[in-house]
Amino acid sequence: MLRGPVYFDAVPLVLVAVLLLLTGCSGPFPQSVFHPRSDFATALDGLFWNIFWWAVAVFLVVETLLVIAIARYRARPGAPAPKPIHGHTFLEIGWTLAPVLILVFIAVPTMRTIFATAGQAPEGALRVEVIGHQWWWEYRYPTLGINAMNELHLPLGTPVQLEMTSADVIHSFWAPGLGGKRDVIQGRTNRIAFTADSTGEYWGQCAEFCGASHANMRLRVVVQTDSQFQAWVDRQRSAPVTPAKGSPEEKGQQIFRRSACIGCHTITGIANAKVGPELTHVGSRGTIAGALFPNNTEMLHHWIQNAPSLKPGALMPPQNLAGEDLDAVVAYLQSLK
Amino acid sequence: MKSWLTTTDHKRIGMLYFWTAFCFFLIGGLEALVIRAQLVKPDGGLGVSAETFNQMFTMHGTTMVFLALMPLSAAFFNFIIPLQIGARDVAFPRLNAFSYWVFLLGGLFLNFSFIAGPLFSAGRLSVAPDAGWFGYANLTSRQFSPGPNVDFWLLGLQILGIASLAAGFNFVVTILNMRAPGMRMLRLPPFTWMTLITQFLVITAFPVITVALVLLMFDRIFGTHFFVPQGGGDPILWQHLFWMFGHPEVYILILPAMGIVSEILPTFSKKPLFGYTVVVYSGVVIAFLGWSVWAHHMFSSGLGPIADSVFAGATMLIAIPTGVKIFNWIGTMWGGQLSFRPAMLFAIGFIAMFIIGGLSGVTHASAASDLQQTDTYYIVAHIHYVLFGGTMLGLFAGMYYWWPKMTGRILSETLGRWHFWLTLIGMNLAFFPMHFSGLLGMPRRIYTYSAQLGVTQFNQISTVGAFLIGVATLIFLFNLLRSLRRPADAPNNPWGGATLEWAIPSPPPVYNFTVIPTVTNRLPLWQTERHGPMAPLPEQPPKPIHVPGGSWWPMITAAGLPVMAIAALSRFLPLVFVGVAIVIVGIYRWAYEPFEM
Repeated sequence: MLRGPVYFDAVPLVLVAVLLLLTGCSGPFPQSVFHPRSDFATALDGLFWNIFWWAVAVFLVVETLLVIAIARYRARPGAPAPKPIHGHTFLEIGWTLAPVLILVFIAVPTMRTIFATAGQAPEGALRVEVIGHQWWWEYRYPTLGINAMNELHLPLGTPVQLEMTSADVIHSFWAPGLGGKRDVIQGRTNRIAFTADSTGEYWGQCAEFCGASHANMRLRVVVQTDSQFQAWVDRQRSAPVTPAKGSPEEKGQQIFRRSACIGCHTITGIANAKVGPELTHVGSRGTIAGALFPNNTEMLHHWIQNAPSLKPGALMPPQNLAGEDLDAVVAYLQSLK
Repeated sequence: MKSWLTTTDHKRIGMLYFWTAFCFFLIGGLEALVIRAQLVKPDGGLGVSAETFNQMFTMHGTTMVFLALMPLSAAFFNFIIPLQIGARDVAFPRLNAFSYWVFLLGGLFLNFSFIAGPLFSAGRLSVAPDAGWFGYANLTSRQFSPGPNVDFWLLGLQILGIASLAAGFNFVVTILNMRAPGMRMLRLPPFTWMTLITQFLVITAFPVITVALVLLMFDRIFGTHFFVPQGGGDPILWQHLFWMFGHPEVYILILPAMGIVSEILPTFSKKPLFGYTVVVYSGVVIAFLGWSVWAHHMFSSGLGPIADSVFAGATMLIAIPTGVKIFNWIGTMWGGQLSFRPAMLFAIGFIAMFIIGGLSGVTHASAASDLQQTDTYYIVAHIHYVLFGGTMLGLFAGMYYWWPKMTGRILSETLGRWHFWLTLIGMNLAFFPMHFSGLLGMPRRIYTYSAQLGVTQFNQISTVGAFLIGVATLIFLFNLLRSLRRPADAPNNPWGGATLEWAIPSPPPVYNFTVIPTVTNRLPLWQTERHGPMAPLPEQPPKPIHVPGGSWWPMITAAGLPVMAIAALSRFLPLVFVGVAIVIVGIYRWAYEPFEM
C-alpha cells in the first residue's frame, strides 16, 4: 500500500494544476513574458520552452525513481538485511553522461540565442537613448530631435536600437513583451535591439533594485503604425501650446513660471531645467509619475500637492498650491498636448 | 554561566551556535512574514512603507544567509565533526570560541540597526540596511545612501566574515590533522568531507568580500571612488567582487546540507552510501566549478556575448556533479529498508525539492533565457527551492538526526511529522506560485505591484504558504523546548548509524572518547561483508584525560571588533584605537595564557 511519503511529489504537481487553472481565469497579464511581440522576445521565449521541457523530463524521471524507491523499499519487520551495495561504476558513468548530453541540447541553442540577441541592430535602425533616473525614464531620439518621458513610442516593424545608460544608480530596462532586460549603468552604455511585430501598449518596469521607489519605476512602450508614429513625432517636435489670453491655462502658465516648477522641469520657451522630466508635451501622455498613475485631473492634483506621499523618495517636494491656483496649473499641464 | 561564557568545548560552542542561529532564523522568518503580509494586496498592500519594506528584504536575505543558515551549519560542524573524526576537540578550541563570539556580536551589531535611529537623528526608529543583501554599487554610495543603514550592513558583514574565516581555518586544520588513527581521507564520513570542502570555499571566498567591503567602506567614509562612476570608479567592479564571493557562498550554504543528507539516507536505508567516492569527488568538482560561474548573476549587466556564453556553459556544467549526487542518493535508497523517521522525511524532502530548484536553475543558467527571469520572482522561487527546500530541509534533517547526540533527547516523532508535512506543503504554497508571478512580470524587491499585472492571487497563495511555514517552525520550536524538559535517556546509537559519533554516549562526555578509536573502514559501527562492528569503547577512560579549561580572552578579543565598527559607524575614528587595543591585549593575553590543568 502506498502511504505517507509517496505524496511528496504530488504536492508540486497538484499546485501546478491549480495555478494553471487560476492563470486561466485572471486578467490579460500585460507584463507577462509569455506574449512575445518582437524578434528578441520570441527568441527568448523559444529558448525558455526548449529548456523547460528538458527540465520537465528530468524532473519526471528523477522524481519517479524517488517515488518508486520510497514505495518499494519501505522497511518491513523481519525482512533480511539489505545487500550492502557500495556503488556501481557503469551506473555512475551513465548518469554522468546523460546530463552531459542533455546539456549539449540546451547549451547550443543558448549560445546561438546569446549571439543573436547581443543588442546589435542592423544599419538604419531607429536609435533611441534610454536614460534611467530615480525613478523615471527618459528617452531621446537623436535622429528625430525629440525627447519622451516614461512612455517609449516605437514604430511597428522597424528595427530599434536602444542605447541605455543611467543618470544615477543602476536600473534595468524591462518590457517583457518586447524582450529581455538590460541594466542601465552610469558611465556605460548597454544596448538592446529588437523589431516589434505587433502594435499595442506594452508594460514594463525597472527590474534592478534602485532605492526607495524601485517598485514605482514603471514604463510603457507604445508600438504604433508608421503613420501613427509619425503623427506622434510631429506633435513632440511642435512648440508647446500657447494658452489663450485670460484662460485658466494662461493663469496656470503664469503660476508655473513663478513657482518652484521651473527649477526642475523643462517646457520649451518657459523653463529649461533638467532635474525632473520634461513637460513640453506632458498632456499627450497617458500616465504620470513614471508610468505609475493615469494622467488625469485628480492624479495631477494629488501629485503636485504631495508627490513624495504617492511615490516614496520622489525628489519633487510638496508644492504650496491649492484651490484655483492648483486647478489652473493642472489645466495648463493638461493643455500641453 | 561563567563556564558557558568561557567555554572552549566544541560541543558547548556547537550548542551556542545552534541556539543563537535559531533565534536569528526566527527573526529572519518574521522579516519574511512582514514582506509576505505586505504583498497580500496590490497597490499599496497593507501599508508597509517602501523604506520599511526595503529594510525587511535586505535584512531577511542578510540574516538568513549570514546569521541563520551558515551558523546552523556551523553548529553541526562544531558539535559533530570532532566526534566523526574521533577527536577530543577541534584543533584550536579558543579560536573556535572566538569565532562564536564574533558571530554573535556581528549579528547583534547588524540587528541593533533596527532601533538605532534616534542615535543618528534619523527621524525614525529603524536605520536597518536597505540596499539589498547584495548591496549593489552605486546605490550604496554616500550620495544615494547617506544614512547609517549601509554602514551597519558593510561593517556587520565585515565582522561576520572574520568569524567565518577563523572557523574555516580551524576546521580545515581539524579535519586534516585531528583524525583518529586509521581515519584516512577516503574513510571520512560524507558530512565531514562536505564540511572540509565548504571550509576551503570559506577561506578562499571570504577574503574577496572582505576586500570589496573595505573598498566600499573607503568610498563611504574617506570619499574614495572605487565604485563611484563620476570619480572614475566602476559599479560593475562591485558586482564582480560580490559574486566572486557570492557564488561560492551558495555552495557554502548547500554543501553541508548535502553532507547531512548523505549521512541520513544510509542510516535510515540500512545501506552504505551508494558511490561514496563519486559523492565525495562530485562535491569537490562542485566547489571548483562554483568558482567559475559568478558572472551568471550578472547576465543582464551587459558583459557581452562571449562572457555570457562562457559563464552560461560553466554554470550548466555544475548540473552534472549535482545530478550525480542526486542519483547516488536515490541509489542509496534503492534496495534498502527505509524507515521514515522525521530525519529521513526531511532528507527525502531535500532531494525532492532541491531537484526543482536545480532544474529552474538550468533555465537561468541559459544567459539569454535568464534575461526574462533575472531580478523577478522566478529567481526568488529558485533560490528558495535551493536554500529552503535544499539547505533548510537538510538542516532540519540534521537537527532530528543529531539532536539525541547533542542533548541526549529524541525529538517527538509525531510533532516531527507535523513539522515536516506542514513545512513541505507551506514551502510549495509559498514558493511555487512565485515562478508564475515572476514570469508574469513581477520584479523582485518591490514593496507594491499593480493589480493589473494579474499576480495578486499568486501572491496571496505565497503569503498563505509563508505563514504555514511559520506555524510549522513554531511546532518545531515547541518540539525542541519540550524535549529539553525530558530526561536525557537517548541511547548511544538511537538510529543505528555507522559513524564514530554514535559510538559514544548521548550527550558525549566532555572528553568525547574514553579511548581514541582506531578506524579500519568507512562504516566502523556496521557489520559489513568484510568488517565486523568496532568493539565498544570502555565506559570509563583507562587513564585521566586532560581537558583544557575555559578562557575569557576569545570573548574579550572578539569584543574589540564591534568597537572598531562603532568607530567607523559614528565617524569618531579615535575609537578605532580603543578597539584595536582591546584586540591586541586580548590576543597577547590569549597567547600567553597559562596552560590550565
